[in-house]
Amino acid sequence: MENIKDETIKELKIKANDIRKSIVEMLYLAGSGHTAGALGMADIFTYLYFNALRHKPENPYWKDRDHLVLSNWHICPVLYATMAHAGYFKFEELKTLRKFGSPLQGHPHREFLPQVDTSSGPLGEGLSQAVGMAIASRMDNGVDKTIYCLVGDGELNEGQNWEAIMLGAKYKLDNLIVIVDRNFIQIDGTTEEVMPLSVLEDKWKSFNWDVQKINGNDFREINHAIYHAKNTKWKPSVIIANTIPSKGVKEWENDYKWHGVAPNKDQYEMAIKELNMLGDKLK
Amino acid sequence: MLNQNLKLNTKIFNSDVEKKSTRAGFGEGLLLAGIDNEKVVSLCADLLESVKMNLFADKFPKRFIEVGIAEQNMASVASGMAAMGKIPFMASYAIFNPGRNWEQIRTTICYNNQNVKIVGSHAGLSVGPDGGSHQMLEDIALTRVLPNMIVISPCDAIEAKKATEAIARTKNPSYLRVARNDTPIITTEETLFEIGKSQIVFGPENGLAEVGIIATGPVLYNALIAAKQLESEGIKIKVMNLSTIKPLDKEAIITLAKETKRIITVEDHQVAGGMGSACAECLSEFHPTRIEFVGIKDQFGQSGKPDELAKYYKIDTDSIIEAILKIKAS
Repeated sequence: MENIKDETIKELKIKANDIRKSIVEMLYLAGSGHTAGALGMADIFTYLYFNALRHKPENPYWKDRDHLVLSNWHICPVLYATMAHAGYFKFEELKTLRKFGSPLQGHPHREFLPQVDTSSGPLGEGLSQAVGMAIASRMDNGVDKTIYCLVGDGELNEGQNWEAIMLGAKYKLDNLIVIVDRNFIQIDGTTEEVMPLSVLEDKWKSFNWDVQKINGNDFREINHAIYHAKNTKWKPSVIIANTIPSKGVKEWENDYKWHGVAPNKDQYEMAIKELNMLGDKLK
Repeated sequence: MLNQNLKLNTKIFNSDVEKKSTRAGFGEGLLLAGIDNEKVVSLCADLLESVKMNLFADKFPKRFIEVGIAEQNMASVASGMAAMGKIPFMASYAIFNPGRNWEQIRTTICYNNQNVKIVGSHAGLSVGPDGGSHQMLEDIALTRVLPNMIVISPCDAIEAKKATEAIARTKNPSYLRVARNDTPIITTEETLFEIGKSQIVFGPENGLAEVGIIATGPVLYNALIAAKQLESEGIKIKVMNLSTIKPLDKEAIITLAKETKRIITVEDHQVAGGMGSACAECLSEFHPTRIEFVGIKDQFGQSGKPDELAKYYKIDTDSIIEAILKIKAS
């Protein structure tokens, strides 16, 4: 829908806050993992799973479903938490993240968690997989599915992405929507220190993609961008979503050191307290 | 003598034996696989005619994807297509596919267990004049270490065609190794091909063999010529065509080693990690046997005619004869 109701936005905000609490808890229990990106992308994941994807959590293999490829798999706690909240599996499973025998592997694996479409981990490959899915989907005369692909900004350092970006434009994949988590951080520092990406939107535009730049923590902007992308013809779409790393926990926000670490007990308790207060305000 | 039960080409030892490249056999097999199953699609990286994918692309233009010179992308795009139920065949030169894109194959194809067929053409020294940069001698090693993967190196164009059709019917990631040059036709349309099954293509008329040769790919022909020459000198040799390198036909290899007590492996590939190594892994575990390895010994190739290179790098008929005499004397 082009316009989103205030009531829907309120519901999504509450849901995203609950998902953030799940993320912080599961990372604390796992003792390792990637916090900043997962919290930063919680709003986009909430929007996709509760307002955009054509899917049936109770029937995950439904043949007419849309597909989602998470390329920067290290932020998978947000995927797992959102899937649990959407009803794909029990909340209890979240506590097993990164543990031996868990369906929730450190990076998602479709043999351990068949509800995900791809197993991956190494950066720079998901976009190619999504392009392949979009091409294959076009070959079949059936439901016009949308393929969503989420990539990190740091992983755009990998040259393979740009091969995929060229191919997506060549085949005019207007059934493909890519969302770049533009949080300006990667392991060794800011993206602009490690490997400058600016001006990122100009790069995609010159590759003949439809480009939108939004605040990735604002549901109204997310809604508008997805609506526009779904209605774009003859071009694949990219949404460059500026997100705040560790969004929701003030002390951690915008600090790249939270990229690859999990909270300890004190940090966990502080974060949950803050998120609980936020949740109370939203209601 | 040739094993007549296999209905092999009876003209194999004639000087005017028919020749055709294994890549041409792949091209024909891909067309047949495409006709047989509409899920079969193909991808190529700017080498359409070179890898003989043009037969398929002409017949099924909507099922053919040209990705440009981008083998890493090609592998992951193929993975995505397989995730949607397609059976993608992706082809390029073996040096780039599975050379350049090995990690994409590992992660997005094998780790994902996606049904992608990887075709590496122009493998081995037989590329000739292009030189060492393009002579892929490490592809068997690269592919056979990957879980879920099937690895096949057909001996001639007919076997390549059948292997292509056969891998299209499996659900596994598969690697098919083919070569550029026209090489002798060893099998016939009537020869059975089954993934994972080796064949004894040559053996003594009576009695037990004293040397067993295991060969893979078109150099099987060199092994046959060597065995034929020494047969007339009274040396009893069995020659095995080991076209499937993974899954390995362990039972047949052990049986051959038990009979001959001496094994020679022959391949147009590095000895390290190649087919000979696969046989050695099997025999050292189940039936330790003396092995002579005919293959490339930790070197890169160079420009030259395929025959010159085979002689220089010691994978030609004379080198196989040398290895037979050496192992027999030991």
